[in-house]
Amino acid sequence: MIKTRHKSMKAYGDLLAAANEQLKIINQPDTLPKFEAKFRETGEEKLLANEIEILQVNIGKMCNQVCKHCHVDAGPDRKEIMIRETMQFCIDALAKTNIQTVDITGGAPEMNPDFKWFVSEIRKLNRHIIVRSNLTILVSNGFKDYPKFLADNNVEIISSLPYYTASNTDRQRGDGVFDKSIEAIKILNEFGYGKEGTGLILNLVYNPVGAFLPPKQEALEKDYKRELWNKFSIVFNNLYTITNLPISRFLDYLIESGNYLSYMNKLISAFNPAAALNVMCRNTISVGWDGRLYDCDFNQMLELPLTDGMPHHIKDFDIKLFNRRPIITGRHCYGCTAGAGSSCGGATT
Amino acid sequence: METYYNPEDLPKFNTMKEGSPELWKKFYDWYGAVFAEGALSEREKALIALAVAHAVQCPYCIDAYTQASLEKGSNLEQMTEAVHVASAIRGGASLVHGVQMKNVHSKLSM
Repeated sequence: MIKTRHKSMKAYGDLLAAANEQLKIINQPDTLPKFEAKFRETGEEKLLANEIEILQVNIGKMCNQVCKHCHVDAGPDRKEIMIRETMQFCIDALAKTNIQTVDITGGAPEMNPDFKWFVSEIRKLNRHIIVRSNLTILVSNGFKDYPKFLADNNVEIISSLPYYTASNTDRQRGDGVFDKSIEAIKILNEFGYGKEGTGLILNLVYNPVGAFLPPKQEALEKDYKRELWNKFSIVFNNLYTITNLPISRFLDYLIESGNYLSYMNKLISAFNPAAALNVMCRNTISVGWDGRLYDCDFNQMLELPLTDGMPHHIKDFDIKLFNRRPIITGRHCYGCTAGAGSSCGGATT
Repeated sequence: METYYNPEDLPKFNTMKEGSPELWKKFYDWYGAVFAEGALSEREKALIALAVAHAVQCPYCIDAYTQASLEKGSNLEQMTEAVHVASAIRGGASLVHGVQMKNVHSKLSM
């Protein structure tokens, strides 16, 4: 079992906290096929973006948890937080487009002091809002009114619960996280989240707690629903299975545990052309805490900006330019194309 | 060769088709059909395979079906119970032969 962290890799001064160090490892072994070559098995020459349907905004790296697999290297010590001026650029960008979905992530996005303002402003534009909540923040002091706020604003909640037992969940997310998560889901259920007919959506996320691929989404969702109802009388809408990408803390875990090459080979041998054609970066633009633009949240953490010639900051957002842009790829992209595929909305095939 | 069992041999399993492609194809198709979702779920089948792997003490199979069980959504508690089932059957199979011992003992003893 890998070490429990109480702070981010950056706070510990780990070499691997730097994006360029991660890229050195991901790009290094010549024995592994390059993603760009493998992608051609889809019949398409290059991975190009389609029309943007989702604006994913990472409003900060601060988090009350320090999960072992976190691709953001988030934690209580991280100070990178989106300021209101940058949020206003996001609102301005939305206002001049037809993008229907805003996906707010972090860190724990609720910890951004302007979180409620941002949600309220997006709401005025009548767009669908998703918040990626870690659940435990919703039962933490200072945040206990957030479930009501989210319900009042009809915000869809997507939350990681990597397994339906405490032992697996806590091994990945920290001691006591499972119990607090269940407590939060009970409160969300009381507001109508996860219940049919309320329109309040609560989706859960499964991440493998280790160096293996996720199970089939539908089969696991049945197990989750049965176990969580039988043991805790709680409900949710959908389960999303998400593959861990070999970056940041999960990359550190793969190396520490001696699983890096076998995991990469597993991802590569499970390459699915159908999943590769459905990757989320085709219809998403990712905004960093400082307003910089990326193809996805993973490229954001690897500090791989949009291709040359594109606007690189949300204040210069021009949706017409992004359509058909070449997406920046690397071996980390094998995480989204393995098996049934993986995206922030779960399996893609 | 330092040991009879080498983890690197597991991915070479399909080289067994080289001696008899027809038989390999029959095995491969049948094997795939056996583990497909049916009256039992894929997760349940992987757990059965894991238990049997322990009963037949095949290290390749233990490796493969530990991974398969995880990737079908099983947890350590479920996998451990499956191994106990295999162990109980193995232990019970020895113990039940004790009846034969008793039969012989009975026949030979005054």
